[in-house]
Amino acid sequence: MSSFSPLLQSAGRRRTTWSEVRTRLEKVANAAVTPLMPADYLDLFHPLRSGAPLRGRIVELVPETKDAATIVLKPGSDWAGHVPGQYLRIGIDVDGVRQWRAYSLTHGPRADGLISITVKAVPGGKVSNHLVHSCPVGSVVHLEQATGEFVLPETLTSDPAGTKLLFVTAGSGVTPVIGMLRNLFPVADEGVVHLDRSRGLDITVVHVAPTRPDSIFLRDLEALDASGSIRLVARYDDQHGLLDVAELATLVPDLAERTTYACGPGGLLDALDAHHAEAGLDLFTEQFRPALVAVGDGGEVSFTSGASVTADGATTLLDAGESAGVLMPSGCRMGVCFGCVVPLREGSVRDLRNGEITTAVPGETAPEGVPIQTCITAAAGPCHIGY
Amino acid sequence: MTVITKQDVNPTAHLTPEDIEQIGVELDAIRQSVIDDRGESDAKYIRRVIDTQRKLELGSRAVLLFSALPPAWLLGTAGLAVAKILENMEIGHNVMHGQWDWMRDPKIHSTTWEWDNASTAEGWKHSHNEIHHTYTNIVGKDNDLGYGIMRVDEDQRWIPMYLAQPVWNFINACFFEYGIAAYDLELGKNLSMPKEKRSEEFKRRAKNTLRKIRQQATKDYVVHPALSIPTGSFLPTLAANFTANLVRNLWSHSVIMCGHFPEGVETFEKKAIPDNETRGEWYVRQMLGSANISGSKAMHLMTGNLSHQIEHHLFPDLPSNRYAEVAPKVKALFDKYDLNYHEAPLPAQVYSAWHKVVRLSLPNGFLATTTAKNLPQQMKMLYAMTTGDKKTRRVAQLRLEQQARRIERAKAEKQATAAA
Repeated sequence: MSSFSPLLQSAGRRRTTWSEVRTRLEKVANAAVTPLMPADYLDLFHPLRSGAPLRGRIVELVPETKDAATIVLKPGSDWAGHVPGQYLRIGIDVDGVRQWRAYSLTHGPRADGLISITVKAVPGGKVSNHLVHSCPVGSVVHLEQATGEFVLPETLTSDPAGTKLLFVTAGSGVTPVIGMLRNLFPVADEGVVHLDRSRGLDITVVHVAPTRPDSIFLRDLEALDASGSIRLVARYDDQHGLLDVAELATLVPDLAERTTYACGPGGLLDALDAHHAEAGLDLFTEQFRPALVAVGDGGEVSFTSGASVTADGATTLLDAGESAGVLMPSGCRMGVCFGCVVPLREGSVRDLRNGEITTAVPGETAPEGVPIQTCITAAAGPCHIGY
Repeated sequence: MTVITKQDVNPTAHLTPEDIEQIGVELDAIRQSVIDDRGESDAKYIRRVIDTQRKLELGSRAVLLFSALPPAWLLGTAGLAVAKILENMEIGHNVMHGQWDWMRDPKIHSTTWEWDNASTAEGWKHSHNEIHHTYTNIVGKDNDLGYGIMRVDEDQRWIPMYLAQPVWNFINACFFEYGIAAYDLELGKNLSMPKEKRSEEFKRRAKNTLRKIRQQATKDYVVHPALSIPTGSFLPTLAANFTANLVRNLWSHSVIMCGHFPEGVETFEKKAIPDNETRGEWYVRQMLGSANISGSKAMHLMTGNLSHQIEHHLFPDLPSNRYAEVAPKVKALFDKYDLNYHEAPLPAQVYSAWHKVVRLSLPNGFLATTTAKNLPQQMKMLYAMTTGDKKTRRVAQLRLEQQARRIERAKAEKQATAAA
């Protein structure tokens, strides 16, 4: 026995040596650069390295229409990939101020590891206009990992009879769908490539846009239509009038056999929701740009960080917090991405989309507070935000 | 200088309450004009300064790994001193003021910044941003006036202890970062309290400060020198760090002295400040309670733009790179309302501040009444005042003031005849 023990001990010691050395090196590095972190120095030279907060470099800008463009990014080493249809939050400095927005990824996973988002410049839109019209190619932006539930099921074509899908897209609501379609039907120089994963798929796309020239990705949709990969039903408000969802059954005769994925503004989705519910059809939706309606009472909004501001009932808590200098997390600023969720510790807030009131009462509601989306809620009386 | 309300002519006497409110309105407009167009170029500025500072520090520390070679020691020490000054003055002080919070970059934000200094960001933000910037130059309320250890105003009664204040001031300058840390903690007040009476808050902050000091000292005096051992440069690197800290301390102490100490900068009486001081009144106090340093762009950068102390005190949260641009407008406002815009080159301001420290270390009127001829008598009297009791001091003091007034009057008459 005694002859074994030194061996065992030394083996045990060897096992722990590397992690010990590593921890010790990290300690020395931390001690050498305090009060900063080693990362603060590494960021100067390699902002996209593994272990850094997720960032990306803008490598290319591809104009799509006169007011829309695709931005191609090289994500940092820790990019975990995405599923077509998902979106990501991007933090970019516009006029020196960090702004966060959410955009759909408009490619499937690419062989070159790049990712792309497609942005339509909306009137008065700070970030969208900056990205489309004065995109700083070569600059580094901040990213979060892809997220979102608006994706196709993993096994699409297990059904031997094939899978029948309907995409209803309106305006820039086409972007997540383009991501899905590009993944299913990649376009090479010699045309659309047919892959095993898309065999047996029968897809109809009803695409709605104000006018034909305004239509992002129309060429892509038309090319897929011409190659027989999808059937495209394009509807332009100026030619065909506003789409009435009751027309869908005419535009898509086999509507009842299809699972519908819809992405666009709230009005269209609400109409589709009612229509499909009545017809008993499956519907998956992703809303873009909500209509903010309610105007509430407003009140004193205080933050645990110490700031406090009086906000009226039409000002979102996010705007109120930012105006008071609080570093609020934010994303789409339209209630979609949940990048702005913080706990409401006490008080009431009103959802500006539907007037719904959320209330937190210390001792009654959750101890850490009730999570709320600050970008679409306003103060409905005095409230305290845990941030 | 004596508090403005006890001076023969109060420098604000000619201002009506309407004037004072109008000054506030005009200063608010200047502030808004900067806020309205701050943007990308400002953001680029601070990022470039931070980037340069970090590369300079990294480069200097790398050079110091070979500091056994004298040229490497000189180069590395100079670089490190400059890097430390930039970090404290143009970056740390200004970021912690919230000057860059509008960028919404969590890495360059007053709530997250920690600086290369013995004092913690938390302590500094309290004593400096809250107390000093709010109660600027109010005797008894703004502890930056003499840091509670010096006589900085005629109205503070002279006691023999103050004779040593030039020495304390110099020691404080050399170890300024520790002085600030102690001062942020209100160490004097808290240590004089029995242990069990000290607040939990004080204990927490004291613990944080001790940790910070330990970390700072470990970096500069243990890790960096140890990394230099392979080239036999342990001691030279240690000395280099000490020197860089010393240079940084002397520099920042000088700059800060120039901001509020030079002769002619006004102080205020606690009881003369109304409870509900208006924005205009607050602005006027900042205008008269600060002094600028004139000089080159490089000098402004190295002082963290505190050379524009007046503008900084009026607008503590405007980006520092904009002070130079608003200075002419602010100066025009001083002229319009006939107020003294206190500005002089660095050596003049440092001299003036030190002169005041020395002058006030002596009884009121002592310097003014001393000539080469009467020096022995004066020294004898000073000795008597220092060793004597309260009564002796009071009598001698009255005589000194009388003499000083007489000299003053004679001077004025001479000037009047010369003018006639």
